[in-house]
Amino acid sequence: MAVNLKTLAHNENLLTGGHRACAGCTGANILRQLMLTAGPDTVVGSATGCMEVVTTIFPYTAWKTSFIHSAFENSAATVSGVETAYRALKKRGELPVEREKINFIAIGGDGGTYDIGLQSLSGAMERGHNMLYVCYDNEAYMNTGIQRSGATPLGAHTSTAPAGTVKQGKEQNRKDLTSIMVAHNIPYVAQTTPYHWRDLATKVEKALAVDGPAFINILMPCPVGWHFDTAIGQDLAREAVESNFWPLFEVEDGVYKVNHKPKDPTPMTVWMEKQGRFKHLFRPGNEHLLEASQQWVDLQWKRLLRLEESTNG
Amino acid sequence: MEQKLMALSGNEAVAYAFKQARPHVASAFPITPQTEMMHKYAEFVANGEIDTEMILVESEHSAMSAAVGSAAAGARTFTATSSAGFALMWEIVYITASLRLPICMALVNRALSGNINIHCDHSDSMGGRDAGWIQLFSENAQEAYDNAVMSWRIGEHKDVRLPVMTTYDGFIISHTADSLHMLPDDAAYKFIGPYKPGYTLLDVENPITVGPLDLTDYYFEHKADQLAAYDKAAEIVGKVSEEYGELTGRHYGFCEEYKLDDADLVMVILGSSAGTAKDVIDEYRNKGVKVGLLKVRMFRPFPASYIAAKLAGRKAVAVLDRSASFGGFGGPVFTEIRSAMYGQQVPVHGYIYGLGGRDFDLKQVATVIEDLQKVASGGAFEDINLLGVRS
Repeated sequence: MAVNLKTLAHNENLLTGGHRACAGCTGANILRQLMLTAGPDTVVGSATGCMEVVTTIFPYTAWKTSFIHSAFENSAATVSGVETAYRALKKRGELPVEREKINFIAIGGDGGTYDIGLQSLSGAMERGHNMLYVCYDNEAYMNTGIQRSGATPLGAHTSTAPAGTVKQGKEQNRKDLTSIMVAHNIPYVAQTTPYHWRDLATKVEKALAVDGPAFINILMPCPVGWHFDTAIGQDLAREAVESNFWPLFEVEDGVYKVNHKPKDPTPMTVWMEKQGRFKHLFRPGNEHLLEASQQWVDLQWKRLLRLEESTNG
Repeated sequence: MEQKLMALSGNEAVAYAFKQARPHVASAFPITPQTEMMHKYAEFVANGEIDTEMILVESEHSAMSAAVGSAAAGARTFTATSSAGFALMWEIVYITASLRLPICMALVNRALSGNINIHCDHSDSMGGRDAGWIQLFSENAQEAYDNAVMSWRIGEHKDVRLPVMTTYDGFIISHTADSLHMLPDDAAYKFIGPYKPGYTLLDVENPITVGPLDLTDYYFEHKADQLAAYDKAAEIVGKVSEEYGELTGRHYGFCEEYKLDDADLVMVILGSSAGTAKDVIDEYRNKGVKVGLLKVRMFRPFPASYIAAKLAGRKAVAVLDRSASFGGFGGPVFTEIRSAMYGQQVPVHGYIYGLGGRDFDLKQVATVIEDLQKVASGGAFEDINLLGVRS
């Protein structure tokens, strides 16, 4: 499968402009790239969150495909219902329009996916629905005002785990949701970012082609929550990969493939110092937190390489 | 119409009623006492009697969420639950009605926790009374079956498009073998008809957005539209019941009246307890006491003026609630009826009974009738009374 920029650029833009995402939001990039690849014969279901709120303010919708939002924690369950209805209606020859294939995509932010929607996601993946779940992971509850989530990295300042005189932001490492999804033994799991558009489009194409559930976790730099200049969101996505904080990899039928191995990974501090959420970690006395962040990333990276090795043996 | 006489539990009867609608999708999660209904339905599917796709979810919250997705995709969809399962669904129960998705549900009444209790009371359905579903209560397996068959026609009517729950008392109806008449499958399906959704997510040539963000400028208008739907819903419940009566010989309305015409004293009851009350009313009638029963079948939409007219001019009315409204002024049925009776000089008293499956026996009915006699002859009485509880 080769993704071609020329073809992609000519596909219809299924998320129109005029939505109300913040300046510099990389989430809208993610959705556009996702939908350019998925095409018009797609039903999207979204969890409550930034991307749902900014794209569907009544009486407007930015979606040129069918779209459903029901609640925060249930986009996987909701889309599993849509997909089941499709199979049931198709079986009886009762579909409103004949299509060889309709894509079913559930989306959610990290709050709606790592945390409140995890049970619903796990259930839908285990049941084997023919659907893709895409998490746009901006590492906190941005829509409600930047509260910490299970995806927030160690030391990050959020409104519920702020940096103060005694505490230094989030006290725990982030949850490894992608691994949790791999543990569901579904046909396709991947991580990517909107900077790596070809990687993202290829992964969406693969995910939609498998028979069964697929999951893609996409890092989404957020200028509001991460506190950075609105021009550099995509750069931060690239640097997250170059520092090994957010490796590009995919797991097809249990076999790991790391899609990009930085020859000389940049230190975490290079990525972190551009983000206001980590500013306090650069104060004297907090060196151990910067070290801990680096150690954790190094450990995760080694683990990933070992998984790649062991599953390709 | 020739109908088959069957001996079935309430759960089995409702499973048959749902099957007769040939639903495309069912979502299910186990909770006592609803489980047996879905077991029966799963058997139908496993034996090829029906080709419904079953979504066996990991929680009731997902059961209702998957049902929402399925119904929005244009599939005829049902689910079932009880008690805590219904409570877990709560958020989506509201969304279902607000999105105007005509999902059918069997709510097998069971007490809410805590403490945990698996037996019947109506606290589950009463907690969801403001969520926007049509609520039909059932006295026995026959009525549960009939309500479930009618629920498809009512909810899917183009002027209604609302979800409908058929409720029946846990264990008392769900697990008790009862005799009932059942329509042949073809006749039932002919009565129900195929589902014709207005819009569907699967019509990819005409994409729609379902469940958008609705702010201060439109939300209220949408709620006003939804409020108007309940008047229409009541009208359609009436029409469908009439048509069903012609087909089956079983005539239902908003309420059932038992020896009500000349009654001075009236008990108002929902669900299986009505059967118990009828027996004791017969005894007192034999003694010359003019007592009757108004059994409320449709609690949502609440037929306020209909009930007020039925109770007008009576000497005393007792409203029996199988649920408590903690900190409120009596049980939910009492509150509605007192309010509906505003301006009438009819004394209305409330009773809370049968919580957590506490047996509702003949003696309790007799107590209420004797209380009604005292009230009718001018005796002072508490507004709210507990029935059948140890002091």
